[in-house]
Amino acid sequence: MSKKAKQENTKIAPQVKIKGRNVDVFYGDKQALFDINLDIERNQVTSLIGPSGCGKSTFLRCLNRMNDTIDICKITGSITLDGQDIYDKEIDVVELRARVGMVFQKPNPFPKSIYENVAYGPRIHGMTSSKEELDKIVLKSLKRAGLFEEVKDRLDESGTSLSGGQQQRLCIARAIATRPEVLLMDEPCSALDPIATAIIEELIDELREKFTIVIVTHSMQQAARVSQKTAFFHLGKLIEEGATDDIFTNPRNQKTQDYITGRIG
Amino acid sequence: MTDTAKTEQEISEHTSSAARLRLKKRYKSERMFKFWGQGAIFFSIGFLVLLLSTITFKALPAFTYHFASLPYDMSELDKTDISKLKKADYDGMVRSTIRSQFPNVSGRKDKKTLSSILSSGAPVILRQQVLKNPNNIDDPSSFAVPISDFADLYLKGQITNSTLEKRDELGQISILDKQVEISFEQNIFTNITNQIAKRLEKEALLMRESMQGSIRSLEKTKADIKIINEQLLGASEIETERLNKEKSRLLDKETELYVRIADLRSKANDLKTRAKLVISQGEEITNKDQSILIYFNGAVVKAQYVTPNRIIGKLLMPFDNGVPASVQKWQLRMIETPQANRKFSDQEIVWIDELLTKGFISKDFNWIFATKGASREPEMAGIWGAVVGSFLTIIVTLALAFPLGVAAAIYLEEFAPKNKITTIIEVNINNLAAVPSIVFGLLGLAVFLNFFGLDRSAPYVGGMVLALMTLPTIIIASRAALRAVPPSIREAALGIGASKLQTVLHHVLPLAMPGIMTGTIIGLAQALGETAPLLMIGMVAFVVDIPGALNDPATVLPVQIFMWADFPEPAFEQRTSAAILVLLAFLILMNALAVIIRKRFERRW
Amino acid sequence: MPDSGHIVSSYEMELTELASSISQMGGMVECAIAQSIDALLSHDKKKAKKIAKDDRLVGDMQRKIDENAVSMIARRQPMASDLRLIISSIHVANDLERIGDMAKNISRRIKHIKGGEDLSPSFYNGVRHMTDLTLLQIKTALDAFAARDTKAAIAVCERDDEVDALYVSIFRELLTYMMEDPRNISQCTNLLFCAKNLERAGDHATNIAEAAYYLETGMNLQVMLDEKRDEEK
Repeated sequence: MSKKAKQENTKIAPQVKIKGRNVDVFYGDKQALFDINLDIERNQVTSLIGPSGCGKSTFLRCLNRMNDTIDICKITGSITLDGQDIYDKEIDVVELRARVGMVFQKPNPFPKSIYENVAYGPRIHGMTSSKEELDKIVLKSLKRAGLFEEVKDRLDESGTSLSGGQQQRLCIARAIATRPEVLLMDEPCSALDPIATAIIEELIDELREKFTIVIVTHSMQQAARVSQKTAFFHLGKLIEEGATDDIFTNPRNQKTQDYITGRIG
Repeated sequence: MTDTAKTEQEISEHTSSAARLRLKKRYKSERMFKFWGQGAIFFSIGFLVLLLSTITFKALPAFTYHFASLPYDMSELDKTDISKLKKADYDGMVRSTIRSQFPNVSGRKDKKTLSSILSSGAPVILRQQVLKNPNNIDDPSSFAVPISDFADLYLKGQITNSTLEKRDELGQISILDKQVEISFEQNIFTNITNQIAKRLEKEALLMRESMQGSIRSLEKTKADIKIINEQLLGASEIETERLNKEKSRLLDKETELYVRIADLRSKANDLKTRAKLVISQGEEITNKDQSILIYFNGAVVKAQYVTPNRIIGKLLMPFDNGVPASVQKWQLRMIETPQANRKFSDQEIVWIDELLTKGFISKDFNWIFATKGASREPEMAGIWGAVVGSFLTIIVTLALAFPLGVAAAIYLEEFAPKNKITTIIEVNINNLAAVPSIVFGLLGLAVFLNFFGLDRSAPYVGGMVLALMTLPTIIIASRAALRAVPPSIREAALGIGASKLQTVLHHVLPLAMPGIMTGTIIGLAQALGETAPLLMIGMVAFVVDIPGALNDPATVLPVQIFMWADFPEPAFEQRTSAAILVLLAFLILMNALAVIIRKRFERRW
Repeated sequence: MPDSGHIVSSYEMELTELASSISQMGGMVECAIAQSIDALLSHDKKKAKKIAKDDRLVGDMQRKIDENAVSMIARRQPMASDLRLIISSIHVANDLERIGDMAKNISRRIKHIKGGEDLSPSFYNGVRHMTDLTLLQIKTALDAFAARDTKAAIAVCERDDEVDALYVSIFRELLTYMMEDPRNISQCTNLLFCAKNLERAGDHATNIAEAAYYLETGMNLQVMLDEKRDEEK
């Protein structure tokens, strides 16, 4: 890339939404992440790639403190959201998780109606004062998630009666209903067929306008298609991170190259 | 050619002959397994059907009862004055009405027996009904009172069978003293006399056997005396005294036996003679014989003496229109069970039959059983008190055990830190589930009754004891149900920003509800059938009134069944079986309710 | 050179086959150029015909490489160095095919070059010199591609000036011959075209060298050289 182009890039560099500095994660005595330093930029899709067990999911779960549910998990270092340390004692985990939503690998809609699934979050966070408002939020979230047209006349049906792809979109709608700032996605398409995957990738592209998205994926093609920034993890360490284009056409680190081309698992 | 074919087949591991043998063996073992499984099912179903049909068969008679609607004289009663109605003499009313039906009954004993064919609680029932519907005083026979338990059993055919023959031999009637004599030309009563002869001979035989027994005793005594005599020969002074005492006792015994043998012998001979003479001389019909009754012209004669062509007996019912000279159309009734073997005499049979003929008796649903409390009289005993008691107790148990149990399970499963203390608690809860129920009764007795001084025999105390017993079951089942909820649901809820409590209450608990309900049903069903702990805290009390509040004295169904099984009256046997059916119905109802609730939870999502 | 092979060995084999196809094609093309100049200088019309005919094989080779490359892109979704290898291979095959065309063109012209006065030996030496240099460029470029040698690639690009200079001198010489004797114009024009073809072959060799550089570094060699030149200025 020419120097001029490089200079242009730094001028319009997006702000940093989440900053991870010297993050170490321990499961009991076993260390899962070693000194991770990563910036997640605002309104961008950042993908975390790496072989199984490399710590990318662990890192993702640190960003919304889901690792708190695991007793033996210990985290050191700092992770800041908009400059505020999310592990600070004053931070309410519940509020954090309303700001940082999560979509899981296997679609897990609540065994309630479609409407209820989406309405639950806003309701418990006291985001609405009337049923009309709640209806509006549900409608908007379903529309944004690209699911509304398909379910508009069966909002009362159980969330589990939908197909896999629809369920995952329902989970996305549910996650964005609480108007989060960041959306974490842990291999969201791994259980879906290619068409459903494509729909969700399109969705991610659209959501990028409003949200900051971090996606963990096993598929390098997906990471290449969907993200603007990619971070490669290996055995708990952050090996390389950079613009997706660069990582996938000309990575700097040999390990990254080997993983991307399929030379190491 | 065949060799290559064979080798070609055997190349595959799964089509070789060895594989085929394995396949056959597997089919055989599958068939055996199916056979055993089906056999087990049929076996258990068979036993279940046997059990249920036995109980139902025994219980069915208890669900109906015969009531008497007599024409009471209620002219004195004022249907507008309730306080006066409350104090009226229903006892006297009942007594006088029944006596008016049989005006010829005289003598205190007979009159008492007459009154006893109605239930002793008849006046109470009458009063209750009058107070409930004072307007029906205008039609007194709309009030139905229960007849006595034995009368009811009789009408249901449980006391005895009888045969009724229509006869038309011409008989001559004569009255001697208080007895009636009916004589016929032919010897029409030979079968009866033969029966009596047989009975006499049987008695004679028994006498003889008894006599033989006495003879053997005598011989033994004689031998003993001989031994003592021998001992006396070389005995010391002290010994001699003792031996002499012994000897005199034996001698007394010997004499006794002699007398007895002689007595028995003469009695046996006597009986034998009588048996022989029955044909010619006739014989007395005792309570040990089948009763013979002769019906004609509205009169009933109970034969007390019979010869082959003659009957002498007493009138159980008077003639409609005076004593006729002869009788042409009459009926012979033989009551199979001798009067000595039943608790309902011939006179009572005749009275009840009369009331039945007059249309005063109706068979109705046994509402007394369904609505009344305990009583010593079988006909006045009802199951409703126990049902209400059981219901109240179970409500208390449910109200205490369910929330506490579920909350404890939620805390232990979701919130408690996994350390030694929680492990100890878990082990202890599992152990508590296996503690015998009577221990909880003792606990209740010591703590609730003695230490806290709470009411004995109250449903709320019973409920508390049963709640303690049921708690471990509910906790264990609830924990298992909570554990079975997939973690993905919890993660989804937490990811959306629900607090731990919200996650558990809004998402995990509804999913675990079916399992929790199952555990609760099991626990409550167990509690419903518990007798021992409730006995300990005194729910044995004889509770006549239906309990109205949680602290009224009450009893529960299993305890009631237990009590009734002890009572001697045969009518209680039916009621015990009926109570068992009610208990089973209660259980089924409870289970059905719980299944509906569980289905509701499942359907909601 | 990546030290560990692909986990999927068939992928590795396909890549190897692609590289060997390129090498094979390169060899064919080198041979064609050398032989065409030989035929030119010795007026061997038979040889010339053969070379022209054999150009078909070069075309086939290019098509094969193209097809394989497209197939691999569809099936393997190559990333990073693999992607660059395959894309570069397509470019290199293209350039080699063009070089082959140059050889064919030279051969075709041979029959138009009638006898007549032979030009000075120094001229023919000049042509030989240019041929040798061009062949060296091609060889070095292909070697750089195969070995991913960036230094060699840079050398090829820088040496292109020499090739150009040689062409200019041949051009001038031919011009003087044409100006000397108009009867030479026909022969000289054809010879000029042949020299032009050689020069263009040299340019294609530079393309191959750039491809080699891109393969190894992911960056454009020409842009880099331009920048260096700007800096030096």
